[in-house]
Amino acid sequence: MNAHPVSKQDQPRVVLSARGLGKDFSGFTAVNNVDLDVQHARIHALIGPNGAGKTTVFNLLTKFLQPTRGKITLLGADITNMKPDRVARMGLVRSFQISAVFPHLTVLENVRVALQRPNNLATQFWLPMSALDRLNGRAEVLIDDLGLSEYRDTRASDLSYGRKRVLEIATTLALDPEVLLLDEPMAGMGREDVTLVADIIRDVARHRAVLMVEHNLSVVADICHHVTVLQRGEIIAEGDYDSVSQDPVVRSAYMGSEA
Amino acid sequence: MAGKSEPITNQTTTILPNAGPVRIVLLLIALALLLVAPFYLYPIFVMKLLCFALFAAAFNLLLGYTGLLSFGHSAFFGGAAYFTAHAVKEWGWSPEFGILLGVAGAAGLGLIMGAIAIRRQGIYFAMITLALSQMFFFFCLQAGFTKGEDGIQSVPRGELFGFIDLSDATNMYYFVLGVFLLGMVIIWRIVNSPFGMILKSIRENESRATSLGYSVTRYKLTAFVMSAALTGLAGGIKSLVFQFATLTDVTWQMSGEVILMTLLGGIGTLIGPIFGAGIVVTLQNYLATSDFPVTIITGVVFMVCVLLFRRGLVGEFYASRLGRRLGFNPDN
Repeated sequence: MNAHPVSKQDQPRVVLSARGLGKDFSGFTAVNNVDLDVQHARIHALIGPNGAGKTTVFNLLTKFLQPTRGKITLLGADITNMKPDRVARMGLVRSFQISAVFPHLTVLENVRVALQRPNNLATQFWLPMSALDRLNGRAEVLIDDLGLSEYRDTRASDLSYGRKRVLEIATTLALDPEVLLLDEPMAGMGREDVTLVADIIRDVARHRAVLMVEHNLSVVADICHHVTVLQRGEIIAEGDYDSVSQDPVVRSAYMGSEA
Repeated sequence: MAGKSEPITNQTTTILPNAGPVRIVLLLIALALLLVAPFYLYPIFVMKLLCFALFAAAFNLLLGYTGLLSFGHSAFFGGAAYFTAHAVKEWGWSPEFGILLGVAGAAGLGLIMGAIAIRRQGIYFAMITLALSQMFFFFCLQAGFTKGEDGIQSVPRGELFGFIDLSDATNMYYFVLGVFLLGMVIIWRIVNSPFGMILKSIRENESRATSLGYSVTRYKLTAFVMSAALTGLAGGIKSLVFQFATLTDVTWQMSGEVILMTLLGGIGTLIGPIFGAGIVVTLQNYLATSDFPVTIITGVVFMVCVLLFRRGLVGEFYASRLGRRLGFNPDN
């Protein structure tokens, strides 16, 4: 976050794209013919009813699952057949639907684990743990930015649910990724935490691409520039929130009679 | 973020102010006991205990700190014993190089077995390591240099660095103690290093580690090879202590025994496997002459331990009030 001046927003350009993406699970087609363009400095929402295939699309894009069909391009490189850790090293970093922290590590250690690899401090089995202290400065900046400073030495398992999610975002940002994939970052959060995380995401997206799965439509309406609606593994609508929410197909499929 | 959502439940017991010095004193007492042990106990017995303690500690590096249950560690233990015994007896190598060959051989076996098994999880990983170690067992049964059912007998202990006569029991004891302590220091360092931190994070949440860009497979394989090499260190010295290398050390029962030792003492603790090995080896030694079958006793001890002390003896002590006040961390 601090690597860039906070004032101005970068120009959008496509950094992650998928063409004809599909995934079959033994005969069942979970995702079919999905085209996505995720842009730098833009927040892109992926919405849809439960079981629409949103998380599967995430798993395909981050290569946690191998697509059956289609092609994925990250920053101009074809990543369709790469391993997930390689994709992460190229700058595509994801979060998980179930909060993914290292429960027995402290907040500081959680962030440091993310910093260890880019700083070449991950393989040294001969150095004492204190060798990691030189990452503390950078880690503390991130922890401060996300308002976790008073929990620096608290074990992640002792944090409240909302703070665990915030810690996960801090850990993700530690990698300074080009593209962030956030899987329901606000699920289960109280309202004040939602506001805080929405602000963080908006700030982060000034200089990065963000693709997020989110059920909270007021958040989507509030912060997302672009919305893609999935149903039964296929895209049924795309555009800004207003146009998508007016779309009759979306209204009947996703929002039902309530909208 | 706003600090009012919910209170943090933190039931940490206050650590005693002099906990650090107390732990150092405990460590020094343990060292002193090891230094004088051969004057009060049968040296071969203590050396056997040290070999198995190192074996269990090396195994625990994998189970306790990486979260991988191998059921094939006897291949590294017994394999190294054969390599060391053969090099020393047939090629006339000095004991230190014989042991190094054992370590290298075990590491090589570990690399092969690990490369095949490491992508599997849980019970599948255990089964593949078991199958591979059984293959190694049959190799040892058939191969010429292992002398089949007889094993390699009357292995000379030789002279350490060319001038320390290891056929002298006292010299041999301090050599074994030195190797044991070296092995323990290496394990301690690996666990408490930047690399150890990554292993811990993989144990805690593998997909998260992957999503942070860590090649989880490579880290696990490295830990597997390290564990195999340190197991080889234990197996190598054992063949010099007993002056033979036989099939017993490559059987699957040996792989089971080391799991028992580690669980008994406490997985994920540095000291636990040493205690577990101590208990198992002592029971075996004292019950060896009785008519009552040892396996029944160790079986009962194991059952009691699993039912009553799930963290193992040392693990339970760390988690107890006293342990916490002395600053031991049961989660490390």
